[in-house]
Amino acid sequence: MKDLLAIFISTVLINNFVLSYFLGICPFLGVSQKIESSLGMGMAVIFVMTLATAISWIIYHLMLVKLGLLFLEYVVFILVIASLVQIVEIFIRKFSPSLYQSLGIYLPLITTNCSILGAALFMVTRDYKFIEAVVFGFSGGIGFSLVLLIMAGIREELNYASVPNIFRGAPITLITASLLALIFMGFSGLISS
Amino acid sequence: MNNFLKGLWKEHPVLRQLLGMCPTLAVTTTAINGLSMGLAVIFVLFFSSLIVSLIRKIVPSSVRIAVYTVIIATFVTIVDIFFKAQFPQISKALGPYVPLIIVNCIILGRCEAFASRYNVRESLLDALGMGIGFTWGLFVLGAVRELLGFSTILGIKILPSSFNPLVVMILPSGAFLVLGFMVAIMNKIEEKSKK
Repeated sequence: MKDLLAIFISTVLINNFVLSYFLGICPFLGVSQKIESSLGMGMAVIFVMTLATAISWIIYHLMLVKLGLLFLEYVVFILVIASLVQIVEIFIRKFSPSLYQSLGIYLPLITTNCSILGAALFMVTRDYKFIEAVVFGFSGGIGFSLVLLIMAGIREELNYASVPNIFRGAPITLITASLLALIFMGFSGLISS
Repeated sequence: MNNFLKGLWKEHPVLRQLLGMCPTLAVTTTAINGLSMGLAVIFVLFFSSLIVSLIRKIVPSSVRIAVYTVIIATFVTIVDIFFKAQFPQISKALGPYVPLIIVNCIILGRCEAFASRYNVRESLLDALGMGIGFTWGLFVLGAVRELLGFSTILGIKILPSSFNPLVVMILPSGAFLVLGFMVAIMNKIEEKSKK
């Protein structure tokens, strides 16, 4: 239990996917204009990332390792993620139209969100057990959503700031992200490994 | 020819289109890392564009993204195995960011937007242009961060030892900062050339 908590805290705060591994930067910059849409994106990522790490773990350990097909790792993982996103999309559309309304447009974007594939790859290199991998995937999603929401909050305020012309848009967003990363560095002493 | 040149400046994948940000920010702690990531992307982009362009008339459009992704993943696996065997040090430094080339949006983006519509020659020119543009972007970003963070470029000492290295440039925070300024400088140049 203590280990799981350590994985949770370190993945959400200390080694945040976005701010310290640079995973999922594209949606981080693209969907962080409004709090509402970033909340939708965040929920979709939490959902898919938890499922993706769980399924990738099962396939990796029970199929690829046993059959000696490790060189297929990347091809298999990306297929798992792409088909998972499809299935989740069909499933949600069928069973919860209201959830589909709010998550729907973000789901296809997730296939190319590198944090999902990143989570699957990290899970392998770190030798997580099944439960640990699931917690890792879940907390990765939480960490992503947290940073996305903070960023969206800041950017909504930024609309009222007078930013120099050449810094409008992407540059000021990147510099804001830089400051956020600096702030999150403050968490680095939270767990002594 | 225009298809080749546009990737170098006018439609620069990193500084103009903000694509492929993950490897851009993550591996550019030194110039050499940026360069090797750039070369890996050129390789994958070149061969994926070649294959996609060759099979563009056979693939049904409903499954095309899945097909492209598998093609890309295959070439990325080749690059990864090659790096591990020939350049274990670089492979270690780049870590999971080599397999993550699969989800680099530049590659899928070029396959979808260009290679699936044009003939082989044009697609390869486009792939090379975008790849070289990506590589110089990463090289410059890596060089600036290495210069300020370690006071070296490509391992050669440039700044005098009286200069106190700014360690923050090597950290994630520095990556966002330098890239932010690079995009801003790009905007400034563009603004001037318009006048």
